[in-house]
Amino acid sequence: MKMKIARTLLLGATAAGLLAGSSLAAIAQELNLYTSREPGLIKPILDEFTKETGIKVNTVFVNNGLEERIRTEGENSPADVILTVDIGRLQAAKDLGVTQPVKLTALEETIPAAYRDPEGHWFGIALRGRVVYASKDRVKQDQITYEELADPKWKGKVCIRSGQHLYNISLFAAVIAHKGEEKAEEWLKGLKANLAKKPSGGDREQAKDILAGVCDIAIGNTYYVSLMRNGNNEEQKKWGEAIKVILPTFEGGGTHVNVSGLALAKNAPNKANAEKFMEYMVSDEAQRLHAEANSEYPVKAGIKIHPTIESFGQLKPDNVSIAEIAKLRKKASELVDKVGFDQ
Amino acid sequence: MAATGLLVLMPLVALIGIAAEGDAEIWPHLIANVLPSSLRDTLALLTGVALVAGSMGITTAWLVTAHRFPGRDMLVWLLPLPLAVPTYITAYIYVEVFDAAGLVQMALRDATGWSRADYWFPEIRSLSGCILVMSAVLYPYVYIAARTMFLTQSASMMEVARTLGAGRFKLFRVIAIPLARPALAVGLSLALLEALNDIGASEYLGVRTLTVSVFTTWLNRGSLAGAAQIACVMLAFVIALILIERYGRRDRRYALSTKRPRVAQPVPLSGGRGWLAAVLCVMPVILGFFLPATFLLRETLRGGLVRQLDTTFLAHLTTTIGLSTVATLAALALAILLVSASRLTKIALTRSALFVAGLGYAVPGTVLAIGLMTPLIAFDNMVGTIWRNLTGQRIGLLLMGAAGGIILAYVIRFLPIATGALSAGFERVSPGLEDAARTLGANRRELIRRVQLPLLRPALASAALLVFVDCIKELPATLLLRPLNTETLATLVYGHAARGAFEDGSLAALVIVLVGLLPVIQLTRSAESRRKAAGTAST
Repeated sequence: MKMKIARTLLLGATAAGLLAGSSLAAIAQELNLYTSREPGLIKPILDEFTKETGIKVNTVFVNNGLEERIRTEGENSPADVILTVDIGRLQAAKDLGVTQPVKLTALEETIPAAYRDPEGHWFGIALRGRVVYASKDRVKQDQITYEELADPKWKGKVCIRSGQHLYNISLFAAVIAHKGEEKAEEWLKGLKANLAKKPSGGDREQAKDILAGVCDIAIGNTYYVSLMRNGNNEEQKKWGEAIKVILPTFEGGGTHVNVSGLALAKNAPNKANAEKFMEYMVSDEAQRLHAEANSEYPVKAGIKIHPTIESFGQLKPDNVSIAEIAKLRKKASELVDKVGFDQ
Repeated sequence: MAATGLLVLMPLVALIGIAAEGDAEIWPHLIANVLPSSLRDTLALLTGVALVAGSMGITTAWLVTAHRFPGRDMLVWLLPLPLAVPTYITAYIYVEVFDAAGLVQMALRDATGWSRADYWFPEIRSLSGCILVMSAVLYPYVYIAARTMFLTQSASMMEVARTLGAGRFKLFRVIAIPLARPALAVGLSLALLEALNDIGASEYLGVRTLTVSVFTTWLNRGSLAGAAQIACVMLAFVIALILIERYGRRDRRYALSTKRPRVAQPVPLSGGRGWLAAVLCVMPVILGFFLPATFLLRETLRGGLVRQLDTTFLAHLTTTIGLSTVATLAALALAILLVSASRLTKIALTRSALFVAGLGYAVPGTVLAIGLMTPLIAFDNMVGTIWRNLTGQRIGLLLMGAAGGIILAYVIRFLPIATGALSAGFERVSPGLEDAARTLGANRRELIRRVQLPLLRPALASAALLVFVDCIKELPATLLLRPLNTETLATLVYGHAARGAFEDGSLAALVIVLVGLLPVIQLTRSAESRRKAAGTAST
């Protein structure tokens, strides 16, 4: 009996050793990507990277809790690179201590300083504007300021998703940065008073509501418009065609932009591959593929913007740094509750 | 036994640990600005679902059991079907259909030339819309429990009542409702726990429940500790629900005689009454099943079935079924142990383990999954460190890397459902049978295998059904805990929806519904064949 147990244990250990050995051999050619972005969106880029380098990219798509998962996994975490959207999440990853600094000339030369962490913990690889969708039929004006959104002339005419959504929190943080907390609260109250309906749905649903005549203007991200108009969903095409995009600006500033970005995981087991991947993501080719697939603004100068996005006009990014926005997000979230924005 | 209790307690202990890491800093803000409205919305949602799902479930169960009317035989099969459709999918589809720019209103405007301001239409993205969506999906919990109860209890009482001249409504009021109380308590508390726990549907429909506040606090204010503290407050709701369930079942021993139960002959409803009954029973099926299923079918066909149905899809399907099967078997095994032990010994430990199992529902799936991650990964890291010290190589994460995390999460999450269904089944087994077996010298194992299990077979089938379908549908823990390159159908649907291309996930959603149907139909079949057998025995 004892013999049998011993033999089983031995067999098990051998098998485990073989398994571990084989997976270790494979690891040399691998890269583990933790992404809060649906991998379908970036698949063409990943495939191209694999083709060029022979490095296989394993992905896990996790939304909320991505950063906590890496933190809990600790030093055995398989995570190499974190790919996520919004400065809020990039900063959260840094704050939770799941990233490590990277110093690569390719990244520093390509990405403007405003869109990367000064200490190298995160790098923006593409930009999106948070802009105004307006009814083609019912809205005549082609210029607007963020301040104007709180003007009573829009009473009952504005649609927006939940004020607590990541994208809105970053926009509201930018408002605080420009106006100070008190004025920002007033602005938020004004915007709230202008809403046609209680905030719900996503950015696309706001365009849909404009088509339906529920409201005349809405707040949404730039790339959604391109995804709606150029996707293969006939209904969404109608939503996208019902609206025009106005790039709003702050008085004395520009259009609020946010980033999607990369970070190197603290305990990355394939660090060399990870750095190769990060360099690849700012290459001309990856930037072009990214702009094509996601309709975001490439962070690298001189790369062609998606035609739909280009048709919105020249983007003039706001002068408030996204690092500052990251700091004001908590305050913005509290203001949203305070004015009962979502009620 | 103690181990099971610990397993179930694990995420809760971790949750309290997380909550304790933070200070009370968030509370002044929460009390002033968040809690009044989110408590109000949560209470309104739960009350609404209790009323609507409760009355849907109990009325339909009574009608198809006590009466005969057009379509009744088919309705017996149709009524449980909404159980197969996940709430978040239904919510999404309801918006697509009933929203201002949805199919119905667009058709209305095209037909009449009106604009949105010219007519009134109920707003689906609202509290009442959310109550409707959740009730349409969750009423089968009440229906199944109530029908089982009516089938096995009512014959002689109903006949006596009829002999004494009670009319149809009086029968319903005096016999059906009181008899269904335990079933109503079980079914309703499950439905309400699901509603309380939901994040997808309520957030999409713009209802700010406590669960939504948990997410806001965590993600926007970077305070997982604060989020965990709110989750602890939600424990109060769950404890209240469990106590209501216990109260509903108080002082009752539903022991059957050892003979097969006799089923009362259904009374025919003629003419208009019959049709009214048919309509009353068809409505919930349309709302909870046919509407979402038809929409998914339409999207799948429009998107090109073949385009979506490839080898990757089949691989994800296999993963989903494999994970759910293993988790269901494990949950059932644990539930049998728990329930059998609590029946034999009546010791406080098991009772409280059952209770604690229910508490898991207080916590939104993602937060629970974070709580679970801590002990799981601690184990993995321990093994990893030992391995590295022995071999000098990295082995990575053992349990998390091999989907062990997901299976454990499923078991912990759905154990209350299995134990609930089993203990409800047990209450109808006369303790005399076990006493007799023990008198005849049966030991613990024999008692379980030869007496309790055979008696419990129907209850086991329904427990397995409920757990399996819930595993297939489970999203938050799966999303957070799955290893690299692993997808289930639910994460696939979520992924497509996340980039705004729900239609690309329609096949996966449809398959979730279809796979969910198999056990629902199986359950109905076994319940109906038992009824037929009992019916024959009585004539």
